[in-house]
Amino acid sequence: MTCLSLLLQGSVTHEYNLFFWAMVALCSTVGTGIAAFLIYCAWHYRRRSADELPSQLALNIPAEVTWIALPTLLFITMFAYGVKIYFDLERPPDNSEDVYVVAKQWMWKTQHLGGQREIDTLHVPVGRAIRLNLISQDVIHSFFVPAFRIKQDVLPRRYTSIWFKATVPGTYHLFCAEYCGTEHSQMIGWIYAMDPKDYQTWLQQGAAEGSLASTGEKLFHQFGCGNCHHFSGHGRGPNLRGLYQRPVQLSSGEIVIADETYIRESILQSRAKIAQGFQPIMPIFQGQLSEEQVAALIAYIKAIGPAPGGEMPSGPGEEMGDYGGITPDLSHPASPATAQPKPGVR
Amino acid sequence: MADPIALALREQFHSAEQQRETSTVGMWIFLITEVMLFGGLFTAFSVYRMSHPAAFDQGSADMEFWMGAVNTAVLICSSFCMAMAVHSAEKGKNGRLAFFLILTILIGLVFLGIKFTEYYLHYHDQKLPGIVFHDTSPDAAYVQMFFVFYFLMTGLHAFHMIIGEGILGAMLFRTLLGSFSERYHTPVELAGLYWHFVDTVWVFLFAIFYIPGAHMK
Amino acid sequence: MATVTLIEPQSAPAQPRLNYLTEKTGLMSWLFTTDHKRIGLLYVFSITFFFFFGGFFALLMRLHLLLPQGWLFGHETYNKLFTMHGIIMVWFFLIPSIPNTLGNFVLPMMIGAKDLAFPKLNLLSWYIFMLGGMTTLYALVRGGVDTGWTFYTPFSTSYSTSFVITAAVGILIAGFSSILTGLNFIATVHRMRAPGLTWFRLPIFIWSTYATSLILVLATPVLAITLAMIGIERIFQVGIFDPALGGDPVLFQHMFWFYSHPAVYIMVLPAMAVVSEIIPTFSRKPIFGYKAVAFSSMAIAILGFLVWGHHMFVAGESAYAAMTFSFLSYMVAIPSAIKVFNWTATMYRGSVQLDTPMLYAIGFVALFTIGGMTGLFLAALGIDVHVTDTYFVIAHFHYIMVGGTVMAFLGGVHYWWPKISGKMYPEFLAKLSALTVFLGFNLTFFPQFILGYMGMPRRYAAYPPEFQVLNVLSTAGASILGVGYVVPLIYLMWAWKYGESAPDNPWRTTGLEWKTPSPPPKHNFEETPVVTWKAYDFEAQKEELHLG
Repeated sequence: MTCLSLLLQGSVTHEYNLFFWAMVALCSTVGTGIAAFLIYCAWHYRRRSADELPSQLALNIPAEVTWIALPTLLFITMFAYGVKIYFDLERPPDNSEDVYVVAKQWMWKTQHLGGQREIDTLHVPVGRAIRLNLISQDVIHSFFVPAFRIKQDVLPRRYTSIWFKATVPGTYHLFCAEYCGTEHSQMIGWIYAMDPKDYQTWLQQGAAEGSLASTGEKLFHQFGCGNCHHFSGHGRGPNLRGLYQRPVQLSSGEIVIADETYIRESILQSRAKIAQGFQPIMPIFQGQLSEEQVAALIAYIKAIGPAPGGEMPSGPGEEMGDYGGITPDLSHPASPATAQPKPGVR
Repeated sequence: MADPIALALREQFHSAEQQRETSTVGMWIFLITEVMLFGGLFTAFSVYRMSHPAAFDQGSADMEFWMGAVNTAVLICSSFCMAMAVHSAEKGKNGRLAFFLILTILIGLVFLGIKFTEYYLHYHDQKLPGIVFHDTSPDAAYVQMFFVFYFLMTGLHAFHMIIGEGILGAMLFRTLLGSFSERYHTPVELAGLYWHFVDTVWVFLFAIFYIPGAHMK
Repeated sequence: MATVTLIEPQSAPAQPRLNYLTEKTGLMSWLFTTDHKRIGLLYVFSITFFFFFGGFFALLMRLHLLLPQGWLFGHETYNKLFTMHGIIMVWFFLIPSIPNTLGNFVLPMMIGAKDLAFPKLNLLSWYIFMLGGMTTLYALVRGGVDTGWTFYTPFSTSYSTSFVITAAVGILIAGFSSILTGLNFIATVHRMRAPGLTWFRLPIFIWSTYATSLILVLATPVLAITLAMIGIERIFQVGIFDPALGGDPVLFQHMFWFYSHPAVYIMVLPAMAVVSEIIPTFSRKPIFGYKAVAFSSMAIAILGFLVWGHHMFVAGESAYAAMTFSFLSYMVAIPSAIKVFNWTATMYRGSVQLDTPMLYAIGFVALFTIGGMTGLFLAALGIDVHVTDTYFVIAHFHYIMVGGTVMAFLGGVHYWWPKISGKMYPEFLAKLSALTVFLGFNLTFFPQFILGYMGMPRRYAAYPPEFQVLNVLSTAGASILGVGYVVPLIYLMWAWKYGESAPDNPWRTTGLEWKTPSPPPKHNFEETPVVTWKAYDFEAQKEELHLG
């Protein structure tokens, strides 16, 4: 019954529990008060003779005003606290580590930046903020970890995001919380929150194929993206350096922020939004790339960082977080050697 | 001869005036429910229009503007005839009432004829989602979305028109039977309300489907 | 003994005079009736049938959930069970229950009218309702639906292989029955009140039923069009809500909940209406804060249209939308709180008699309060993220709909039973059933709050073993609750034929409906009453009622 205990499994859990149990205390008090008053009236004012006509008292303005004003104030307070916790959940800390999650009927596929993949489980280090990028391959699911007090619906064709930070090592339930078909109740798993040392050990086991971003780089060349998307900025396609979270002006005049969903759509449905000044000539990759491959490409684009001369991180290692020794093999993505397509690929 | 007016008074009402007022309230409430019905579609349409304006303009450009414009004029004429019918009923002029009802019905049929011709032309141009749809625009999925809403909303409207034709036919039948007079003609008034409502919905449909792309010819 | 106080010496013993039940007999006279009282009884027959149907599914589900990995059903069948339970209970029991049975019967009488504004439309409503019900049952017979009563896309449009369209059509048809009922009630209340019966002399039952009717006519059409779009998408695969074809599944949720949230107020406002009649009667005082309660009914109806997004806090709506909906959800809680305080204050310094209707009414206040307070939890964004889509939500809405609406419905049935049938029900058995319902209900649903907090998601055919104890408790409660519902069915049917004759005004209360014989004649009033008194005016009518 770890969820009922006051163990503070996740960073938000403490604040949440305070609020929740304060509400329980308040509502129990009010509820008991009302129940007691009901019982009191039923007993004390019970009918004593068949013909009695009691006081016809039916109006008391001060009472009405009180029991309108007091609940209103209490409700606004509850609203405020609810918003506070919610905004904490919505805004991941700056140093959070990305994890990509693809949901499908009826399993969870998680990908670490280091390239480790898991099915129905997620290993995380304690004390590190983890930002989940969630997408579905089919219907709507929902990523739910009761111990961390987080839940986020996972939609097809669109990334959603939630973050958490485990504070106590342990094994925590992962449930799908949006009905998704026959085996909805079997779409469950475990979050393994580990001591940082144990986590490093675990990391060594996986990632035979390299980090997620390096997989993305391989795909970038395999599919010939570099032919048009030159990092020098003079290609037929926009320069993808520093694209992530940058405002992009579209040919329609609208300005959008290049988040994960935008990047995904631009890869799979390139004609949907055309960047200002470019032609709609990019091939449609819908059906040629899996969600996992798209996630790898996004990780790559995030990893290559902003263009030189702009705001620069100190180095790729810091940009992508600490992998405990496994650094992505793309320290200089602008070098001509890596920008050229591999032989055999169009 | 039995007073047809007294015969028309339903037993739950205590006066003809109460019956007339209550029936009118009932029809207005019904029309408000129709607003909510179409409103759901207008809302969904607006959501997609705001997110994909270019594709929706493209879809609108594929419409035959002049057919929509003629149909709008047609319906406005039919509403005028309906208003004349109600006016004749108020005056107790059953002959004119019948005449204007017939005119309204016929003009309504013209509208439906043009509409179904348009549908056939769209089918011919492969712009009928779910049956045959082909489009070469960059954002073809949303051009199709435009046409989905076009057929849904104008189809729902045409369905209401057909029901309206039936209602007018019933009114014509009762007129010929002599059911209406200066003192009692509420069903004609209510039928008029319904007909004007259906006409108004069309004006909005014309605005969202035909006008945006008209400049793109 | 209870029976002694109920038979009043001043009213004549039941005589074989013509009333709405006896003035014409035979099946055809019922199937072609336009009498609102008979139509009310036709609905009683229908919704009782659907209630036990949906309830049976619930019992099957609870039995299955005794074991963590289930045992009675495969997962697909379980999914169909909870879907059909939801569909039947929401659209074929809860929404029509009080308005179409008690509302139909009592509303015209309460305002001194001979019938509703449009009696034939009323009968048509019932036939449409039955057509919708039969269509939905046909979906069940063919193999059922497994989308959940919420039909979320793209599962319902592109993945489910069950009979989605048939069920959607059935619900759509039943929706028209709702719309016509609401239309009828609104027109009636506006135009058919007896002379002297101004708006602020109306019983609260009328105010709340009127507010319900506003929601019925404004919200239901949106459901109709949303279901129609689901059907179109499923048949033609055109992608209105399917992201594979460019559609937005969250748009479906917005449209669905735009109806379905007001729908829950369709379910609870009539219950509040009933309770607002029972408590004054059995406290022998006017409802406390009449205008506050009347305006609260309207406020709930209006604000209820503005909060639908609180079903979508984690669905992908923007944080700012979520904040707005959270705030408005707290605002809609305020008029409900006002009502609870006013009902309680009505009993204060009253002359309280704990007859069966009053037991149900007090039970309603208690359970609705618990359900409403847990709504405050859900309205808090930070809390909702944790407990939404878990058993916490299930417990919340069952407290309102079952602890609330069903108890109020039973209370109302017992309250107006003498008027409807001309007979009394057996008081001891009735009180015992009320207690059974109350206890069984709490045992069924309180554990579910804990289950939800612990993290058990909803719509799960199997669950981790640590949740078993609470599930077993819940199932135990459900069995008791079931008994509590079956016993009244039996004794009420018995009482219809063999019960003691009822006087015209067994509760010695105010209200125009009690000025007619029990059962009333076909046209309710021999002559239209002229009203010169306020609602619940025991003082003004004390001579007539032999009080004080």
